[in-house]
Amino acid sequence: MEHRRDSPPPADEYLERQRMRSVRPADWRNPEPARRYGLVVIGAGTAGLTAARTAASLGARVALIERDLLGGTTLNIGPVPSKAIIRTSRTYAEMRDAARYGGCVPEDIRVDFPRVMRRMRAIRSRLSRAVAAQSLAAAGVDVFFGEASFTGSDTLTVDGATLRFRKALIAAGARPIIPEIPGLAEAGYLTNENAFDLTEAPRRLLVIGGGPLGCEMAQAFCRLGVQTSIVQSWPLFLPREERDAAQLLSDAFARDGLGVRLNTRVLSIRMEEGRKIAELITDDYRSSVIADAILLGTGRKSNVESLDLGAAGVAHDGEHGVIVDDFLRTSNHRIYAAGDVCLSYKFNDTAEATARMAVRNALLHGRRRLSGLTIPWCTYTDPEIAHVGMYVREARARGISMKTFTVPLHTVHRAIADDEETGFVKIDVVNHTDRILGATIVAHHAGEMISEITLAMVAGIGLRRLARVIHPYPTQAAAIKMAADAYNRTLVARRRRWTSAWLHWLDRGA
Amino acid sequence: MATQRTALGSISTGSAPAGPASRCSSDEDLLDAIEHAAVDYFLESVNPANGLVPDTSRAGSPCSIAVVGFALSVYPIAVERDWASREQVLEYSLAALRFFRDSDQGGGPDATGYKGFYYHFIDMQAGKRLWRCELSMIDTALLLAGILTARMYFDRDDPEENELRAIAEQLYLRVDWRWSGHGTIRQGWKPESGFLHYGWEGYSESIVLYVLAMGSPACPLLTDAYDAWTATYQWENLYGIDFLYAGPLFIHQFSHAWIDFRGIRDAFMRDNRSDYFENSRRAVLIQREYARRNPLEFAGYGENCWGLTACDGPDASTATGADAGARLFGYAARGVPYGPDDGTLAGWAPLASLPFEPAITLQAVRTMQQRYPEMRPDGRYASSFNPGLANTSGASWVSPGHYGLDQGIVAMMIENYRSGLVWRLLRGCAWITHGLRRAGFRGGWLG
Repeated sequence: MEHRRDSPPPADEYLERQRMRSVRPADWRNPEPARRYGLVVIGAGTAGLTAARTAASLGARVALIERDLLGGTTLNIGPVPSKAIIRTSRTYAEMRDAARYGGCVPEDIRVDFPRVMRRMRAIRSRLSRAVAAQSLAAAGVDVFFGEASFTGSDTLTVDGATLRFRKALIAAGARPIIPEIPGLAEAGYLTNENAFDLTEAPRRLLVIGGGPLGCEMAQAFCRLGVQTSIVQSWPLFLPREERDAAQLLSDAFARDGLGVRLNTRVLSIRMEEGRKIAELITDDYRSSVIADAILLGTGRKSNVESLDLGAAGVAHDGEHGVIVDDFLRTSNHRIYAAGDVCLSYKFNDTAEATARMAVRNALLHGRRRLSGLTIPWCTYTDPEIAHVGMYVREARARGISMKTFTVPLHTVHRAIADDEETGFVKIDVVNHTDRILGATIVAHHAGEMISEITLAMVAGIGLRRLARVIHPYPTQAAAIKMAADAYNRTLVARRRRWTSAWLHWLDRGA
Repeated sequence: MATQRTALGSISTGSAPAGPASRCSSDEDLLDAIEHAAVDYFLESVNPANGLVPDTSRAGSPCSIAVVGFALSVYPIAVERDWASREQVLEYSLAALRFFRDSDQGGGPDATGYKGFYYHFIDMQAGKRLWRCELSMIDTALLLAGILTARMYFDRDDPEENELRAIAEQLYLRVDWRWSGHGTIRQGWKPESGFLHYGWEGYSESIVLYVLAMGSPACPLLTDAYDAWTATYQWENLYGIDFLYAGPLFIHQFSHAWIDFRGIRDAFMRDNRSDYFENSRRAVLIQREYARRNPLEFAGYGENCWGLTACDGPDASTATGADAGARLFGYAARGVPYGPDDGTLAGWAPLASLPFEPAITLQAVRTMQQRYPEMRPDGRYASSFNPGLANTSGASWVSPGHYGLDQGIVAMMIENYRSGLVWRLLRGCAWITHGLRRAGFRGGWLG
């Protein structure tokens, strides 16, 4: 069914039927297993789908096993649905802030929450066509729905069938960590696995956890008119990120009217007259928050329990999930792993990159290393926080002397014109050189901007050469060139000192 | 001046620091008046019975132990400038040291201290903990820096000065620095909940804390802690200026009130071909550049009107009428370039950077004084003012009363600029020099 962009999205049931037809067809019959597969892929999220397609394109006989929905976290419960909602929330924020941009604030800003969610489902349904089981089958992939369980070092079962493999790839993904908070289970909670099934907005929302997911969702729901509080046990949000980035995010949250409780833990949750009351503690100060819904953003852990990894001799633990070496190989050398199930960086792009690497290493005796990847990531708050490469504190802990070239966005003409001056570009180089080791960008579209630096790092381009890249004027990405220009100016200054000393010496000689 | 000047890119660095000989007499008069008023804060507000000094001049203010540290450091200035007698300030100093020696060190909820550290705020009479506040490592260090300043100044062989020096040694040596270090030094501790959970990474005002902690012959901090802390530093190029980043100006000032960082360098500064004194000079340039750019378009900001630092400020209850809804932060560590910034400036902050960049700071002091005389009620700097929140007669919002920390840093930095008195006293303190050496400082006056 086609529909105009400005018309109401189609009904939920229709969209869900459409999506399920792609990601879990009701009439699907698992194929007769081949005698032996070149590669069996367990899990059809981003990593699994990428691996299956890559392997099939190389001519391997491939089986792909999914216990739930094709597309995994990314399509169904993670980045795509959340980005759709964030887009709408940004629209509302801009409407309320219209005066800042020289516009008039609309008189009646009403949030139609069911419409927001329908739009998200329409987008999810549309994207699901790309991962349709039928199209995978057409690409030569045997798609099996059911729980996979290893039965030996080169065999597993799914839905009663035994699959033999030459190589296998575990891409079973991860699921939300449920913190042990007394009363939480009884009170009920949302995670990224079911938050996108909401059809009505809660009046008051408590988000537990200030990592990327918690921050993104808390800000989005707040901007959609939900009275939102976020509780974070660390003193800052996104504790891995640059302190200044986290600080700017805290400020942005405060501007949005988000209730921020940093350095705070949830002690317990109880129900009172249909309301959820969370008891909090900050150092020795106790307080409480009342909410109608609780959303968990407390991290994710690997899905390994049902796979009977022991039968295949695959080592794993609670902290790391499946344990892999630098070539993504598990303790069973026939079996590899990729994506969230084995990585601390649980990102869609990393899942995709590691899936390709694992397939090449498994099937083509490749020697590509996980440590050789340059991994960018982005938290899609407003402003967005994007990072690539090493953090300064990591580098300094390894004894690497670092220098950071910082360009605040209030020095960038396009950011000023856009009234999007909250943020910066920071490029971290090895001190006294132009070699880029990492970068952090805080900007409205930091996720788009970081790729230029990722490209430079992958291609081995330093700040000197980056300064020669002409950027269209005016763009916010020009901040990257400004950082490179700042590096060049330090060279000029150094050269001036040398030439000045030289000329002075010549004068003395004369 | 032994500092090394490296290239600073596109920003004009202004003229070289003016030495006392090149200053015009009106500068001398102005500095003298401001310094005198600042010193008088302590002489007027000290409780002579126990030497405690209130945090602010507001009614009912508790004592801040850091302010007592500033008081003990300022008293020698009062004597040398003839603003108080040696006997009088010796009495105040001795009263304070006796109080801390005899204070309850049990670490209970209403004690005064624990393991040689002290609670941040204590009551002015009995000296017991207030507001369930934290046992503060940095504020204890500022107190001890004052105690050691007194120990170095009162050097005569008479019973009272002998007693003062003995108590000072006792107070310094009884601090259990190792207890406070877990990786880096923890920010604070509470009897109710243990060590505070706050991250305390990046460059801060804590060098004096680490130096004192490593210089102690009794229970010193391991050098690993200093390395762990400096590993969280960030050397940045901002507005074309290379510097060790910290946003609020006070971070670039507090340790410098006691320790003369000119020309001495630890491993981090050797690697970056700078020193902490030079770094504080660059922090001035960055503040000035931020104020010149004034990205949030606050009233008054300009190249001669700046001073974002930890200070009091207006809060939500202050803003009315057209200002209602403005984000105001009350007491906060304001900083550049990422804020928080609500248009509030500390008029005294440029002066507290006087030794680093005299020409630029004096220019700012004069300009701000001329435009906003209300920021110095009764001749003494208020904690802050906000030109954007003016009253009907056009006068800026001004923080009521005065803060002891502000008066202390102003008096000490003016004096260090004029005579180097406090720097000279602590250069002679073997524990300080030992602590600096253990932190890896070399060169300059340290040899």
